[in-house]
Amino acid sequence: MLQEITSTDTGCLTINVGPQHPSTHGVLHLVITLSGETILRVDPHLGYIHRSIEKMCESLSYRQFIYVTSRMDYLSSHINNHGCALCVEQALQIEVPPRAQVIRVLMDELTRMASHVLWWGAMAMDVGAITPFFHAFRERELINEIMEETCGARLTMNYMVPGGVMFDLHPNFQKRVKDFIPFFKSKLDEYDELLTHNIIFKQRTQHIGVLSREDAISYGVTGPTARASGWACDVRKRVPYECYDRLRFEEVVEQAGDCYARYLVRMGEMRQSLSLVEQLIDNIPQGDFQAKTKAVLKLPKGEFYSRVETARGEFGVYIVSEGGTTPYRIKFRSPGFSNLSALDHMARGHKIGDLVAIMGSLDLVIPDIDR
Amino acid sequence: MNEPQTAVDWEAVVAHAPVPVQLISGTPWPELHVEAPNWPDLAQFLRTAPELQLDYLFCLTCVDWKTHLTMVYHLNHSRQERVVVVKSQLDRDQPQIASVAGIWRTAEFHEREVFEMFGVQFLGHPDLRLLILPEGWEGRNPLRKDYEDPVNMIRL
Repeated sequence: MLQEITSTDTGCLTINVGPQHPSTHGVLHLVITLSGETILRVDPHLGYIHRSIEKMCESLSYRQFIYVTSRMDYLSSHINNHGCALCVEQALQIEVPPRAQVIRVLMDELTRMASHVLWWGAMAMDVGAITPFFHAFRERELINEIMEETCGARLTMNYMVPGGVMFDLHPNFQKRVKDFIPFFKSKLDEYDELLTHNIIFKQRTQHIGVLSREDAISYGVTGPTARASGWACDVRKRVPYECYDRLRFEEVVEQAGDCYARYLVRMGEMRQSLSLVEQLIDNIPQGDFQAKTKAVLKLPKGEFYSRVETARGEFGVYIVSEGGTTPYRIKFRSPGFSNLSALDHMARGHKIGDLVAIMGSLDLVIPDIDR
Repeated sequence: MNEPQTAVDWEAVVAHAPVPVQLISGTPWPELHVEAPNWPDLAQFLRTAPELQLDYLFCLTCVDWKTHLTMVYHLNHSRQERVVVVKSQLDRDQPQIASVAGIWRTAEFHEREVFEMFGVQFLGHPDLRLLILPEGWEGRNPLRKDYEDPVNMIRL
């Protein structure tokens, strides 16, 4: 599969970036055709961590398959679990208790912040600033500790189950989150000073990798990447699930469509997520954290689809059921897969150094793409 | 999502469609069943008809029903919620259907995935080759129900 570095009569050069390359954030392999330093074509080769999760799920029960989905987008594992739980609940018409709904949204938004803050550090590192990475990991660690206390895991939480959440919140949860909110707020301002208004960073990202609104829709690009191109596609606003329709938050939309716009959208989303957590943390209803469900779940014959907004975009779960205890077919519509498909279009005509900035601004998580 | 939502009369849509289409209601989203040779005309109609303009193809996949394959397309509008599911049955031994990568560019990657996982030939696809699987897997389609692989697959 690896292509040799070749130079042809046309003066074009084909090089491999990855599968082991720091800028690809995982094992992604790009075959790039260059003319001098200018990119003519980017051809992604996927599958280095393809585990065929869809095939695996065909032999797992409706309680088990959720655990595998944490291993797809490991930075949004709560939200992946959430999408799967929603799909099963929709099929079985399970009413989720209000307490569980609020806990789910809290966890989703904390996850979104943790994911975006890690992206912030990684993006800065991609374009040559090392310091932000350490800042980002410091703040992410605090969120991970909160998760660890309640869910017992830091990365693959497996906390959301059909009917609600696995356990009740840890007694320390509220206090720790309340301590975290003002701390993180001050850190966001610090991030702005470090990077947002940094002239070198702006020069590396502005007018780079421009994606128009029409192209974003045509490529099925979603999440912050699409919102930076002016497409309001947030599933939390379009088809609100859980209690999102009763919460106040703004959909951050930018128009420029370049790497810097994508940066601004994610920075804005961190503030929105923080505000969502702030609204909910003192208003967690009392009651059950899980609805009563049967030990063995059997979905009726039919097809079910649920959509949630992960940190990277629209995540879809499509279950085809034949009425048994395992799905007949599952398809995960992962946001990263579609977002990556626009990379070639965005990178053409730019210099190879800019490719790193474009990749960074897409916020790719490779297991999410490969599945 | 600030503009008001308008409902689509799917029965009228089916009546105006350029090719014969069967409408299935009662499912979470309306479904359109179409013969594979008629799919490109229907796709163009769904994308361009002024009352529809379904510009957002958010899911493209295939299901192996052991006797036949079914292509499943989930379409939506970029501002309005107008989800419709289009299905088309394919012959299991020689599955082929027209590519829609020229209408929705996201289809290019998704069709490559379905091509390698199910062996569906997409006619007119700009670059139909393996995407996820390594070289040499042509003709072996892991997501088909009868796929067996003693090395890479563990029975649970």
